[in-house]
Amino acid sequence: MSEPILRVERLRVGFDHPQGVVQAVDDVSFALAPGERFGLAGESGSGKSTLALAMLRMIKPPGRIAAGEVWLAGRRLADLDEEGIRALRLAGIALVPQGSMNSLNPVLRIGRQITDAFADHGQRLGRDEQQRRVSALLTAVGLSENVSRMYPHELSGGMKQRACIAIAISLRPKVIIADEPTSALDVVVQRQVMATLARVQRDLGAAVILIGHDIGLMAQFVDRLGVMYAGRLVEVAPMGEIITNPRHPYTRALIAALPSLERRGALAGIPGLAPLLRNLPPGCAFHPRCPQATDRCRIEKPMARDVGGAQVACHLA
Amino acid sequence: MIPLIEAVDVSKRFAAGLGREGTLALAGLSLAIHAEKPSVIAVVGESGSGKTTLARLLLGLAEPSGGEIRYRGRDLKRLDRDERRAFRHDVQAVFQDPYGVYNPFYRVDHVLTTPLRCFRLAQTRAHARQLIGEALRSVGLQPEEILGRFPHQLSGGQRQRVMVARALLLKPKLIVADEPVSMVDASLRATILGSLRQLTDEHGISILYITHDLATAYQVSDSILVLYRAHLAEAGAVERVVTAPRHPYTQLLVSAIPRAHATADWLEQEDDPRRNGLSPTAAGCCFAERCPIASPACVAAPPGLYRTEPHRAVACVQYRDHPSLPPGDPEPVLSA
Repeated sequence: MSEPILRVERLRVGFDHPQGVVQAVDDVSFALAPGERFGLAGESGSGKSTLALAMLRMIKPPGRIAAGEVWLAGRRLADLDEEGIRALRLAGIALVPQGSMNSLNPVLRIGRQITDAFADHGQRLGRDEQQRRVSALLTAVGLSENVSRMYPHELSGGMKQRACIAIAISLRPKVIIADEPTSALDVVVQRQVMATLARVQRDLGAAVILIGHDIGLMAQFVDRLGVMYAGRLVEVAPMGEIITNPRHPYTRALIAALPSLERRGALAGIPGLAPLLRNLPPGCAFHPRCPQATDRCRIEKPMARDVGGAQVACHLA
Repeated sequence: MIPLIEAVDVSKRFAAGLGREGTLALAGLSLAIHAEKPSVIAVVGESGSGKTTLARLLLGLAEPSGGEIRYRGRDLKRLDRDERRAFRHDVQAVFQDPYGVYNPFYRVDHVLTTPLRCFRLAQTRAHARQLIGEALRSVGLQPEEILGRFPHQLSGGQRQRVMVARALLLKPKLIVADEPVSMVDASLRATILGSLRQLTDEHGISILYITHDLATAYQVSDSILVLYRAHLAEAGAVERVVTAPRHPYTQLLVSAIPRAHATADWLEQEDDPRRNGLSPTAAGCCFAERCPIASPACVAAPPGLYRTEPHRAVACVQYRDHPSLPPGDPEPVLSA
């Protein structure tokens, strides 16, 4: 692998809580190659979105990065001052937020929301130049130039999500984090938005981190997948490998929970509930729901190790 | 037999005011649900296809602009007090948002005891507790983990299952479930849909499952209706419609589902509206402008509904050699 563009090392994010610290992200490490598409999958509450925010250094109290480091293009995020990190967001690492419906400002035209980025990053552009760039960005995400003069309520869900992608790529970032970008859209529009994201990502040569819980979508989009459970990365492997040979029992359960179009009546949920992060079971956090749990799983926390091209945190792998 | 609930050529138009045309949310659709033949019927379509409008009409939450909704053969608008009460008992709803349906100030017990009180289903407190316990257990919840809690103390999946338990308490004949799993995790979807399916198999309750997710519809339902912009596109046995779709819109929907086994060109088959150069007309097929095989005939007149097989009807002119059915009325293929 070439020099990674983004490196996350032993990252821990904790939230202070009256009953102790809640570890939302617990000892997570991974690296992202330039131009790579990486997926982060897991149930709600598994820490995927918190991890995304930590990579943007956007964790707010009572949360804090308790340990570990994030490196972006050779720079350690923790070393930057407020101004430095502000300059890096959007220009170095950008977020396509979950539910674009609510992340656009309802009283500003789309064009203005895109040019905001230029102004905030100290790019003084003439009116014509601004207009030209906004048009180019809108065209890149498959929207008409007229959208520039529209308000968010005049756009459909898919168009709003594309407008958010246009904002995210406005300063040509090296890493785009897309946090469930299509969770509110129907399948046809979902495919359009994902195709748009794939196209701009290729044109920019940026790496993408796609966050979500739909393994089918992951299989169609990402090169490599990280599976999160209770704040930990329990399996990281090339996507094809995960589908054909999932090694962690939780990964297997996630894949089985995907409704199949091949076989009817094959719908299998994951028994039990995701554990409360402030009250994790001892040993492997998945053991109460795991069909193969042994005594060792109940006592000893499994560490991630290499198993044939995959990193797996399971005693049984 | 008189159906339990019947939609007879119902349409719904939302007015825009002052002589403007308004929005057609549902164009003449007929559908019958029979109490003696419990089944799961899926209604699938994208946002704006009219599926939620159909649910609201069947629940009596909205009035049709044309046609009628009938409960045991009587127009819903003309039910007397007792009939209306029976209707409210027989037909229950489960809605999309398991967060918005609870009052945060009440314990979750409240949504379970209210229907018991309103319909006087329990003679004593102990009896009420027993009924609630049974209902919770049949959707896979432990009463002791649920009762006495406030909504914010339960997960989204638990809350949604409590809503299914609430519907079940009344022993209804039909549950209208409008996107019941779109806001819960993929891993929990299977569990909730499993509990719904069980209601049909074990308690003889019919379910109208409204969703935009063709894959889950395929897993739980017996028959399916595909709607596109207020119009019926295809209907029939779910096995046939999903595995071998005939309407170009159903084909588009099926191809857009991201499968676990990567297909090389999923991202490449971008569907580009208005590529075929046909401009839509009010008279023609509503899918014509997006249709890859549309011809000028498609924008000239609305497509008929054709029975391509015993268990399937398709609203597309390419099947005009097959016997035709009254437009918007797939009943013959659903009850066959």
